[in-house]
Amino acid sequence: MNLGTRKLLDRAFTALGLGSIAVMAMMLLVVLVPIVSKGFSAIVFKSTVEHRKMVFNEFHRGNRSALEKEIAASDAARRNVYDMLSRFESELMLMNEDKQQEYTEKYDQVKSALRGLLGPLPGDSEPALTRLTYGQNRWEKAEEKLQELLYEKKWDYSNPDVVAKEYFVSRSAGFEGTSLARLFPYVEKNIDRMLLPEWTFYWGFITDSSVDSHIFGGIWPEIQGTLFLAIGAMLFAFPLGVIAAIYFTEYAREGFFNSLLRSANSTLAGVPSIVFGLFGLAFFINTLKVSESKSVLAGSLTLAIMILPTIIRAAEEAILAVPKTYREASLGLGSTKWNTIVTVILPAALPGILTGGVISLGRAAGETAPIIFTAAVSVGSAIGLADVFTSPTPALSWNIYNLASEHEAAAEIRHVQYGMVLSLISIVLLLNLSAVILRARISKKLKG
Amino acid sequence: MQSSPEVVETSQNASKSVREIYLPPERKKVSGGGVPHVSAKNFSVYYGEFEAVKKVNADILSKYVTAIIGPSGCGKSTFLRAINRMNDLIPNSHTTGSLMFDGEDVHGKFTDEVLLRKKIGMVFQKPNPFPKSIFDNIAYGPRLHGIKDKKTLEGIVEKSLRKAALWDEVCDRLDKNALGMSGGQQQRLCFARTLAVEPEILLLDEPTSALDPKATAKIEDLIQELRGSYTIMIVTHNMQQASRVSDFTMFFYEGVLVEHAPTAQLFTKPKDSMTEDYITGRFS
Ligand SMILES: Nc1ncnc2c1ncn2[C@@H]1O[C@H](COP(=O)(O)OP(=O)(O)OP(=O)(O)O)[C@@H](O)[C@H]1O
Ligand SMILES: [Mg+2]
Repeated sequence: MNLGTRKLLDRAFTALGLGSIAVMAMMLLVVLVPIVSKGFSAIVFKSTVEHRKMVFNEFHRGNRSALEKEIAASDAARRNVYDMLSRFESELMLMNEDKQQEYTEKYDQVKSALRGLLGPLPGDSEPALTRLTYGQNRWEKAEEKLQELLYEKKWDYSNPDVVAKEYFVSRSAGFEGTSLARLFPYVEKNIDRMLLPEWTFYWGFITDSSVDSHIFGGIWPEIQGTLFLAIGAMLFAFPLGVIAAIYFTEYAREGFFNSLLRSANSTLAGVPSIVFGLFGLAFFINTLKVSESKSVLAGSLTLAIMILPTIIRAAEEAILAVPKTYREASLGLGSTKWNTIVTVILPAALPGILTGGVISLGRAAGETAPIIFTAAVSVGSAIGLADVFTSPTPALSWNIYNLASEHEAAAEIRHVQYGMVLSLISIVLLLNLSAVILRARISKKLKG
Repeated sequence: MQSSPEVVETSQNASKSVREIYLPPERKKVSGGGVPHVSAKNFSVYYGEFEAVKKVNADILSKYVTAIIGPSGCGKSTFLRAINRMNDLIPNSHTTGSLMFDGEDVHGKFTDEVLLRKKIGMVFQKPNPFPKSIFDNIAYGPRLHGIKDKKTLEGIVEKSLRKAALWDEVCDRLDKNALGMSGGQQQRLCFARTLAVEPEILLLDEPTSALDPKATAKIEDLIQELRGSYTIMIVTHNMQQASRVSDFTMFFYEGVLVEHAPTAQLFTKPKDSMTEDYITGRFS
């Protein structure tokens, strides 16, 4: 091959490499940017007075007198609305039966739209669900609800050849000639006086429990559950893994049994995580009965089994990378084998061992499948440390799936879902980052 | 043709007899030494089937310096490492015959190799300080053997560093990582670390081969200092070094101990023609 072609090939390969990196970065951006921006919107958003009421009532935070003033101001703006409603109701009484029927149906729709926007109307009975006790918490949602109040969505089935088309009809037109017609322009004009939107930094999203299955409140139970499960898994897997790695590298004699163990370990690392989940259910809960049913303990044990091979391998590699000369120096000074392992080899291998450990911790935090059958519940409050042996817990990974697929009001709480995804990603990234920093610091200390 | 100074010098050397170059300096007798400290009887070391050291018979005399020379692969390191049982680290190695240290069979079934290594210290070819502070490196051995008192440890560290002629260079940075020192300093640190456990024998496997001439000279001076207090065995490829530092020299060839004699004698009137060929550089 002549020089020209060789250089051309080199350049082509460089372009190929850069190209694939660029594609990867693009894909990462496409995924991460919406997650981060929407995730942050769970914490930083324009909140309404209803949100502040909710925080005050459910979490006892906020300034009572300021809130009372706000409520008074918004009530003043709302009074007109409620007055219009009662006036229309008396008007309704006087109508003939046909008209009454026609309007009642439309009027009920208006009332339920108003409830979604402002909360229970005067005269409503005490709502059974917390989600019905408050109006819209978030301003951007309130704006959507306002559109629902102003316009009725209808479907156009007139052309049988095409799919039905949606179109919107102004509700105020439907009440033309009644006293209620004035309501719609009034609400549209005064909505911000009724809801008092205000930019908020709702740190409670991280630290609060959820209220009425994530309609309001935060995701602390999930975050705590994830931490419990991941740390619990580490408590089992890390010591076991390091001990196994020491055995493999220092004590095991090369032979059939040893290579069998090694290949078993490698195989275990490749087993799909759902299999570990089933194993955890069958072994830890059904056979060993570590707990009655799902529990943090069972979940941690299952996750521990899953990350064990990775920890063993990382620790093994780290130990093997320790220069032979350290071992010789230590043994030459009259140190026992065990002493050499503890005082020289493990400290020198520590950066590698810890990196493997922290990366496994991140993996344990992010896995869903192993905890489905062994530890996770959809909704629940944060459990105490003493309950980890008996209680299941909500966890981020599982609840992200659950909110997306099984929550009855999934569309209403997309922001919670994004917030959870962002939290989970942040936890995993933070863990990996701390692994990098830890490793750099220890290596620097070792190198002097 | 222009003649450079080196060329002139080389030709001068070549005209001298080899024996003049290697003529060892006068050696004084050491008091209280000269008894067999390590004795090998028909001693062989195997790697699997391969006999790397073959039926060696020798007495290493206490408090003197014994050099081990021979071509690469002749078993010098193997012999040296068998003395403090570092060959245990190689899975398939075993020994036959006997190797006695102070009347105890080194490779005996009931010999405690940990205790043995405390008495027989070793310094390796490449400086191998631990990635710890200078202080912790030297205190490593004493701590291992149960000394916890800070004052005592400080005393040992200073004494060992002084013995290794390193104290003046590092006394103000004992808490610094040992890997930050120069190669020569690291090697002297390894000496100090070995001396800190107060061994009786020092095994040195090419301790200067990774060092520059200046650092080498310091190590050689150090060996002279330690002569008379410790029994020293040094493996070296450098014939001048062997003649400069040792009282006795062992010449190995393909695992066989060919000649073992006072250094002055071995370098001036070798009994074996193979020894002569080797020290005159006819083969290496
Ligand atoms: N771990 C081992 N396994 C098998 N054979 C070995 C091993 N170590 C050394 N040998 C062999 O034993 C013989 C002696 O080796 P040794 O290291 O003692 O030589 P040496 O004289 O120290 O050489 P050098 O001057 O190069 O250091 C050599 O033939 C070598 O190939
Ligand atoms: Mg050697």
